[in-house]
Amino acid sequence: MGVGIEVQNLNAWYGSNHTLQDICLNISANQATALIGPSGCGKSTFVRCINRMHETNPIARVTGTVRIGDVDIYKDAKPVEIRRRVGMVFQRPNPFPTMSIYDNVAAGLKLNGYSNRRALDEIVEKSLRNSALWDEVKDDLRKKSGASLSGGQQQRLCIARALAVDPEVLLMDEPASALDPVSTSKIEDLIFQLKAQYTIVIVTHNMQQAARVAEQTGFFLNGRMVEFDTTHKIFTNPSDKRTEDYITGRFG
Amino acid sequence: MSAAPPEIRVNTEMAAPQQAGSGDPAAKSAEPSEVRKYLLSRGNSAFGDRAFHVLMVLCSLTIFGIVALIVWQLVLRSQMSWHAFGLKFFFQRFTDPDTHRSSFWDPIGQQFSALPFIFGTLVSSFLALLLAVPLAVGTAVFLTEMCPKILRGPLAFLTELLAAIPSVIYGLWAVFILIPQLREHVNPFLISKFGWSGLFDDTNPTGLGFVASGIILAIMILPIISSLTREVMTAVPHSQREAVLALGATRWEMIRMGVLRNARIGIVGAVILGLGRALGETMAVTMVIGNSAEIHKSLLSNGASMASVIANEFAEAVGDMHLSALIEIGLALFLVTIVVNALARVLVWAVTGGAPRQAH
Ligand SMILES: Nc1ncnc2c1ncn2[C@@H]1O[C@H](COP(=O)(O)OP(=O)(O)OP(=O)(O)O)[C@@H](O)[C@H]1O
Ligand SMILES: [Mg+2]
Repeated sequence: MGVGIEVQNLNAWYGSNHTLQDICLNISANQATALIGPSGCGKSTFVRCINRMHETNPIARVTGTVRIGDVDIYKDAKPVEIRRRVGMVFQRPNPFPTMSIYDNVAAGLKLNGYSNRRALDEIVEKSLRNSALWDEVKDDLRKKSGASLSGGQQQRLCIARALAVDPEVLLMDEPASALDPVSTSKIEDLIFQLKAQYTIVIVTHNMQQAARVAEQTGFFLNGRMVEFDTTHKIFTNPSDKRTEDYITGRFG
Repeated sequence: MSAAPPEIRVNTEMAAPQQAGSGDPAAKSAEPSEVRKYLLSRGNSAFGDRAFHVLMVLCSLTIFGIVALIVWQLVLRSQMSWHAFGLKFFFQRFTDPDTHRSSFWDPIGQQFSALPFIFGTLVSSFLALLLAVPLAVGTAVFLTEMCPKILRGPLAFLTELLAAIPSVIYGLWAVFILIPQLREHVNPFLISKFGWSGLFDDTNPTGLGFVASGIILAIMILPIISSLTREVMTAVPHSQREAVLALGATRWEMIRMGVLRNARIGIVGAVILGLGRALGETMAVTMVIGNSAEIHKSLLSNGASMASVIANEFAEAVGDMHLSALIEIGLALFLVTIVVNALARVLVWAVTGGAPRQAH
């Protein structure tokens, strides 16, 4: 079951670059939330703060509160525990080049000592089916390496890898930016199904996509969150002029 | 969502894209520019290119030539021993007809076999790898993944400094510091705790032997293995580490799956280079291995390596056959090095060939 995410006064830095400034928002459980905004406005940084990935960068710093369910992730938990609950699909696909497709998907489970082979087989197949990759790779699951796939296939492999560990929250940073329209719509269908079980945060540059999959949408600009509301409101009647400009393409 | 997707207003007033790169608007003047004239005056430079090509081919041929010359000399000068012993040179053991003592190497009796030296070289080198590889990889992991940034440079420098020490200094250090320590503390401990395995016999009170040379070699090959390992580990992209971390990996799991796994081919390469150095290392080994042409199961017994016997006996060889036998050992060392490298390549292939490789 998904859990809600509550963000209060989140600030993040890369060195002296104040990348996120006083972000506050509530992400509801079992819904998809879209984050939109121009390139470099801090969307990726924001998602990376939700699973404490931001702090793996040596020059990065973060302050503020993020609660996932009733856990204050920066106070009450170790990064490892958080990341086991919060799956992530990165903006750039990063499959493991030395592992087979099968091992790539099973990596998260094997890492945590899960070794029931029959169950693993099932999970791998299910995850690959969900990420719309199964039909393309089912014949060389163990023969081909993760890096031998095309960019879009790699991205779907990374989605499968994130799904395999059955997270409560799924962070997707532009999961469809390298995909063709058919795979994209498969991924969108998937997001629709997954909402029943997961809380999904999806960063996207594709307004239609945000409109199609997300209940809520947040608009980021220059490290601040300008507006956060239901997707319907954001796209039909935004309260901030800057949101409207961005959505209508008049931005800048 | 049950509601129909909200409509999106699309801006239709976008400016038409500029026609970029469709030619220089300024009309081309009939007269070519200064730069153009200069470039035209240079011709096609075919001669220079050709000369460069020939030069490079010559350079690489020189290397082949030198190697071929070495092999040829070794083969030529070892003819005598080769004709006398043939292939048996590499595995025979004689019994002296008068004393009935069996031996491998008897310059006075003109009987020679390379077996104990091949054995000594392989045993001390593999012992060195056994000690050095975990240490070197551990050092590299610490330096790249865990060490505070300010300490990284100095510590890496210190490990690399080990490579700059001449091997005779290692030998001296071993003779004065390491050997006494081994003799008094380490060897008795090994004998009492692991004597049952037969690998540590209490028959050699000197402290010299395979363990000593293994340790000294380990220290000598540590820097090359660890600095190369560090290099390949740093080359693993950060996104691989993040990918593993995002799956909920601990730091160790991240290093194992995200870093070492991606770097494994490079690490095997580093180990091969270390092994290459260990096989040929002469001075320090000669000073600590004990120099006796015997084969014992015990790692604490004296031995000799191919390089050490050449260094020890070449200058005072008794007769042509002795000299010829030593040169044949040199040739054998050459071959062993090649075989080990080939084996290592097979190993790399086995490690990576079964499992998927990098993107093709
Ligand atoms: N690794 C980094 N080191 C230093 N600065 C960074 C790093 N990553 C991002 N930044 C800076 O942080 C700011 C926000 O970057 P972020 O990646 O969050 O943008 P984004 O909204 O995801 O953009 P895009 O839509 O292009 O992916 C940018 O100004 C960028 O320069
Ligand atoms: Mg981004």
